[in-house]
Amino acid sequence: MADKVLMKGNEAIAEAAIIAGCRHYFGYPITPQTEVAAYMAKKMPKIGGTFLQAESEIAAISMVYGVSSAGYRVMTSSSSPGISLKQEGISYLAGSDLPALIVNVQRGGPGLGGIQPSQSDYFQATKGGGHGDYHLIVLAPASVQEMAELTIKGFDLADKYRMPTMLLADGTMGQMMEPVSLDEYSDIKTFDKPWATNGTKMNREHNITNSLSLVPEELEQLNIARYERYKIVEENETMYEEYYMDDAEICIAAFGIAARVSLHAVEKARKEGIKVGMIRPITLWPFPSAPFKKAAPHLKHIMSVELSMGQMIEDVKLACECCCPVTLCNRVGGMIPDPLQVLERIKEVNKEVNG
Amino acid sequence: MVVFEKPHALIDVPLHYCPGCTHGIVHRLVAEVIDELGIEGQTIGIAPVGCSVMAYNYFNCDMIEAAHGRAPAVATGVKRADPDNNIVFTYQGDGDLASIGTAETVHAAARNENITIIFINNAIYGMTGGQMAPTSLPGQITQTSPYGRDPKLCGYPIKVCEMLSELDGPEYLERVAVNNVKNVRNAKKAIKKAFQNQIDKKGFSLVEVISTCPTNWGLTPKKALEWVDEKMIPYYPLGVYKDRSAAQDEKEEG
Amino acid sequence: MTSQFLFSGFGGQGILFAGKFMSYKGMTDGKNVSWLPSYGPEMRGGTASCSVVVRDKPIGSPIVAFPDTLIAMNLPSLDKFEDSVQEGGTIFIDSTLVERKVKRDDVNVYYIPATKLANDNGMPTLANMIIVGKILKVRNEFNEESIKAALGKVVSAKHADLFDVNLKALQIGASYEG
Repeated sequence: MADKVLMKGNEAIAEAAIIAGCRHYFGYPITPQTEVAAYMAKKMPKIGGTFLQAESEIAAISMVYGVSSAGYRVMTSSSSPGISLKQEGISYLAGSDLPALIVNVQRGGPGLGGIQPSQSDYFQATKGGGHGDYHLIVLAPASVQEMAELTIKGFDLADKYRMPTMLLADGTMGQMMEPVSLDEYSDIKTFDKPWATNGTKMNREHNITNSLSLVPEELEQLNIARYERYKIVEENETMYEEYYMDDAEICIAAFGIAARVSLHAVEKARKEGIKVGMIRPITLWPFPSAPFKKAAPHLKHIMSVELSMGQMIEDVKLACECCCPVTLCNRVGGMIPDPLQVLERIKEVNKEVNG
Repeated sequence: MVVFEKPHALIDVPLHYCPGCTHGIVHRLVAEVIDELGIEGQTIGIAPVGCSVMAYNYFNCDMIEAAHGRAPAVATGVKRADPDNNIVFTYQGDGDLASIGTAETVHAAARNENITIIFINNAIYGMTGGQMAPTSLPGQITQTSPYGRDPKLCGYPIKVCEMLSELDGPEYLERVAVNNVKNVRNAKKAIKKAFQNQIDKKGFSLVEVISTCPTNWGLTPKKALEWVDEKMIPYYPLGVYKDRSAAQDEKEEG
Repeated sequence: MTSQFLFSGFGGQGILFAGKFMSYKGMTDGKNVSWLPSYGPEMRGGTASCSVVVRDKPIGSPIVAFPDTLIAMNLPSLDKFEDSVQEGGTIFIDSTLVERKVKRDDVNVYYIPATKLANDNGMPTLANMIIVGKILKVRNEFNEESIKAALGKVVSAKHADLFDVNLKALQIGASYEG
């Protein structure tokens, strides 16, 4: 077995990014993700990379835009209020079809909110965030090992589809330590980038990185083409995990830290003979609608467990097309439900549906 | 015998600028410098938001369109991606550089980021139809200062070269104009120096070019050139505001 | 089997370090582990705490809201967390700094004068590890081999000289009878 080390989620992201070949990081301090920047500040100078503490989140994402235009792997990380500031640049990245990895270690909001964990940026991450029609690939890790794996995967997906990818974590995932092994990720994919604006070398036409298109007919076509690409992403890159779903009557929908808490509750409920399972989306966009759609007709109830006032629940409802009641079990503002609280709700629901 | 031809770094297409606008002159100067320094193949230009938003269609080198005001940050990224090979310049107007992009400008200068900035100051927002700019003169009538810019209500113009010259960071700051032949020649010299500094890894070089906007100033092209002499240059004196290497050389010699 | 530890005390008492050691100890014993600190302003001067879960199966929640083992190294920590301990759980207290007794009678309590023991033995910063030693002893997990392996992971190579004194602190805790 590969040698495992205890790492904080934030550090695992940074180390995995370096393994993935990212040599350029731009950021701005904000709790609870600052360990990513601190790690990069320490490591990058030693491996010939760039770490730069930008003057603002807006500048940081614009620097990301510059490096990505030049054809290199690049990332930034922040937490909710900082991600709001980055939305301008994220929209430009999407509009210019540029790859990049953006990490959001979420905290409570809105406004300055708090610094404790939250999942209340789900809408922002999955439905656009900035202006215009676009999507990010959104990855939701539920362990420190996954923080690392999905970081590497995020770079690959971004390059493959020329899309910005977001790693959507939360304060708990960023701050917790778990054993991690990164040994098997030495083989990193590389992608040709003939579109990069890295100098013509006088042997090709000039490349232009651009999101401006003043002719409506042309801009329409660009949008349509982009959404055709999104369709391919939806068909090929949707990821989720199912737990105890074979005979489940009640299904929990949860991602990230909420999925971990819920799985604990599901295991306890199973011991009491309650037929409950769980579907954990790993990609939040594309959202894994298929497993919900397939399971819904056989289910008596779906419970979406979230650290928000109910955001993912909308996608769950859409996916199961009114085949089954869907309710919310949530805590917000930096609060995290205890497995026992989720267990109580499972028991209540079980009583309702099974009498 | 060829008497006059377009620089290679400038693509042979009609420019969209208004008659009498001096953007065309500055584009040409930048392109001539790129040709003369032989750097087209390694140059990446960053276009702003504003009248020169479509500059990416005019230069033969690789081009990037940045968000409004963010060109210096984008340039920072491109430069740091390959600092030994990439030559990076931004081309920005006054609204872009001195209003919405003030933070990006100041901090790129403070970091002495090894990039070249061509800053077009024509004291007005041209693209959106003639609104007050951060560099509009006191008393200047614009669409959003219809009674003349009143410093009591909306403050004073920002003198970018003077402001940045207070920072320890930047290498080279010069203000030039393009309203007559002599000034055009000086402008080219400054632009060339600003690129050469980057090649020599000296750092942040900004050339502020006092320009015209006949359309939104409500003047004929000729009157606009005169207005530069009468109003603009007295408020924005031409000259070198910082030249660290030259100052050091002088010190060593003296 | 799931063990849920909550380490708590003042910032600077080595609360996070003790938790980290316990995590590595679990790892060395072949278990799944997670370590989660409280973070934010309270880290700087107020109460510090961290959750450690050690489990045979994959860990669901890393958050320990109802610990089976509470380590309280100061009075505010005991006040804050005493009621959250599971029935039948165990509380370890630094009795040098916490003058009151535990109010509940449905938990096991060990009073260890850890800060005094640490001072008496010339290791004033290691009250945390003295308590950890006692925990391991009580839980019948005081296995020197895996303790040394875990210590090797938390004591960085740069501070290898601290290895022996940490081990000594663990031994002092383990042999304390009170």
